[in-house]
Amino acid sequence: MEHAISLFVRSIFADNMIFAFFLGMCSYLAVSKTVKTSAGLGVAVTFVLLITLPVNYLLQVYVLNPLGLGYLSFILFIAVIAAIVQLVEMIVEKYSPSLYASLGIFLPLIAVNCAIMGGSLFMQQRILLDPENVKAIAGIGDAFAYALGSGIGWFMAIVCLAGIREKMEYNDVPKPLQGLGITFITVGLMAMAFMCFSGLNI
Amino acid sequence: MLSQKTKETLLGPLNVNNPVVVQVLGICSALAVTVQLKPALVMGIAVTIIVALSNVIISLLRNTIPMRIRIIVQLVVVAALVTLVSEVLKAFAYDVAMQLSVYIGLIITNCILMGRLEAFAMTNKPWDSLLDGLGNGFGYAIILIIVAFFRELLGSGSLLGYQVIPDSWYAAGYENCGMMMMPAMALILVGCIIWAHRSLNKEEK
Repeated sequence: MEHAISLFVRSIFADNMIFAFFLGMCSYLAVSKTVKTSAGLGVAVTFVLLITLPVNYLLQVYVLNPLGLGYLSFILFIAVIAAIVQLVEMIVEKYSPSLYASLGIFLPLIAVNCAIMGGSLFMQQRILLDPENVKAIAGIGDAFAYALGSGIGWFMAIVCLAGIREKMEYNDVPKPLQGLGITFITVGLMAMAFMCFSGLNI
Repeated sequence: MLSQKTKETLLGPLNVNNPVVVQVLGICSALAVTVQLKPALVMGIAVTIIVALSNVIISLLRNTIPMRIRIIVQLVVVAALVTLVSEVLKAFAYDVAMQLSVYIGLIITNCILMGRLEAFAMTNKPWDSLLDGLGNGFGYAIILIIVAFFRELLGSGSLLGYQVIPDSWYAAGYENCGMMMMPAMALILVGCIIWAHRSLNKEEK
């Protein structure tokens, strides 16, 4: 239990998907124009992570490893992710059409959001670690904690950036730097601030 | 030799229509593998091969793929190619494969692939798609190499693992900029590249 909590906190701050590994950058940069839309995407990503990562964990441990089919993991993981994203898309379309319209093309693109696939691939590496290691994933509970932590970390990062970008509308940015350029530099500065968590020992 | 249009397909992505700094695709891996030049080169080559091949395959299949399940078909084709490349790298360049770690697998979810497959290969002939894939792969590789060049040169004073800053500089008080090794600097460097690129290409906007 203690291990799962430590894993959870670490994956929010020290191993943040965006600031430490740059995963999910494309939709992160493109959808972070307003806080509301970005919060919606953040919730969707967290939800998809929370389902796909434990499912992929079970597949890896109980199907791929015993059968020695490790090399099929990419195809299997992406198929699971694509199927679950399709499901989420259908649910959002039915219950929240306004969110569906504002997320637009980025909802189906959660399937190719690097954060989701990256979460599963990191999980695959972390299974092999020594169980004593703070980063190890040793059971289904750890897989859930890691998925939830990574999702919340991603959610927090995109909402923070959207907040900053809303304020930045009124700033006098040099013309060629407007839009994408300044966003990159903002994320760089935010990543620098997040680096202070990397020494965190829990 | 090449007609105007095919030339544009091949060379456009290198500069005016660059996948990373203009189309904003494939940022994740572009940032993460650029601490040193060597993994960046390998990554650039791997992505170029995969984009070109998957473009050709999808372009050949484009009339038979049902619209509703096209994303899954595309993902499976890409995942199969990435698995091949990953196994080849593990066999022949194990240390680089370890350095790239999950980012090889993440080529599957690299937005350049899906973006080009959706925007180009689904509607164009195989030969044009091959050129488009090569062009976008090179455009991606160029940005990776530029970022990795500065990060390795300023961060560890070497290029491709060979030391290029002479010892006499270190003796005179020159120090490597540790900041360059941090993830944050990759973002800021790409931001600066976008700045420079937009200032140079201003007249086209």
